[in-house]
Amino acid sequence: MTRISVKVDGTTYEDEVEPRLLLIHYLRDRLGLTGTPIGCDTSNCGACTVDLDGETVKSCSVLAVQADSGEVTTVQGLARDGEWHPLQKAFHERHALQCGYCTPGMIMAARDLLRENPAPDPQEVREALEGNLCRCTGYQNIVRAVLAASGQEATT
Amino acid sequence: MIPPAFEYTRPTSVDEAVRTLADGGEDAKVLAGGQSLLPLLRLRLAFPELVVDVGRIPELRGIREDEGTLVIGAMTTHHDVVRDPRVRRHAGLLAAATATVADPAVRHRGTLGGSLAHADPAGDLPAVILALDATLVAVGPGGRRSIPAREFFVDYLQTALRPDELLVQVEIPARDDWGFHYEKFQRVAQAWAVVGVAALVRRDDGRIAEARIGLTNMGSTPLRAEAAEEALTGATAVGAVRRAAETAADGTRPSSDPSASPEYRAHLARVLTRRAVLAAAGMG
Repeated sequence: MTRISVKVDGTTYEDEVEPRLLLIHYLRDRLGLTGTPIGCDTSNCGACTVDLDGETVKSCSVLAVQADSGEVTTVQGLARDGEWHPLQKAFHERHALQCGYCTPGMIMAARDLLRENPAPDPQEVREALEGNLCRCTGYQNIVRAVLAASGQEATT
Repeated sequence: MIPPAFEYTRPTSVDEAVRTLADGGEDAKVLAGGQSLLPLLRLRLAFPELVVDVGRIPELRGIREDEGTLVIGAMTTHHDVVRDPRVRRHAGLLAAATATVADPAVRHRGTLGGSLAHADPAGDLPAVILALDATLVAVGPGGRRSIPAREFFVDYLQTALRPDELLVQVEIPARDDWGFHYEKFQRVAQAWAVVGVAALVRRDDGRIAEARIGLTNMGSTPLRAEAAEEALTGATAVGAVRRAAETAADGTRPSSDPSASPEYRAHLARVLTRRAVLAAAGMG
């Protein structure tokens, strides 16, 4: 067992974990943060995307011990004072989800894009989300929602 | 899917990492960004007894220039490579190809050194490093040694690194004025390359003075298309590039898998070489 200290959505946790424990299993099974789903489990689909030290990662492809002394933000840590994050609002208002399984990863990946590029064009949005799969194929509204959250009205 | 159990250690210096690897012997495995190793562990295709995480060794990260050579620390992430202005200026081919690796979240974790040491012939960067005539620097119990890219890739997932050696940096000769292009054929956006072609071209007075062509996934290691490189020398027109590209698959032995037969891969190598060279030479 290895001792880790990780800040997740603003709370610091100290835990003993097996080195083989994946970050996604730590978040869901140990901390009960089930807002982040496991999709493909092969690092393709992006459903399990979270922020680690200011950058998106696929949490099925990171060990919990690699997050030691780091800071994790999940989709559950985005709301402020009971108010949804602008991306959460935009996904809701623009009907950017059907089954909703990919939504947490889509929002985390879109948030990463808007941090680097606050006013992306539609093609840039699509490229930034290339690691996130929506099996309902609801991509059009997802792109529209990201553009709306960036303060741009979609023309596509 | 849960990885098999392993011991875990996180050295804080190259010396400590090398000592740990030497003690661990054949059963130790280096963990860099983990974007290849973790899927292998989860699929239970790798069973290391000891995982040596080199993710917290500051000296392995970073990019610097040293008298006409670009020096990139092995643990520099793909994300940092793509964004670095020195890489874009001196090794634009590497920046362009790295931007096509997987997706943004994977590029945040994956590292240049990790992808080279993993040596998957379907990975994009081995062929790029080969085309750039880079040198890979390893540290072991006996000290440092430099390995030319041509000698580094030995076989499928096998490199010239010994079990107790750690890849610490990649040295790339600056090629500021060379044209470049990485042309990749893939089934879907984030998939592995079915075939990829890395082209570097130096033009002189309207003709191709020199060309370097690296091939992704045309054999058990990345390869140079030497016949095509030779045939391209002196080419002045699109027709000459077309004829030279017809030799791009000469001497290769590509594999067969559900994506492509060897014959189809050879066809792709010829087509993609033509496209890559025309783009690199500004003739497209």
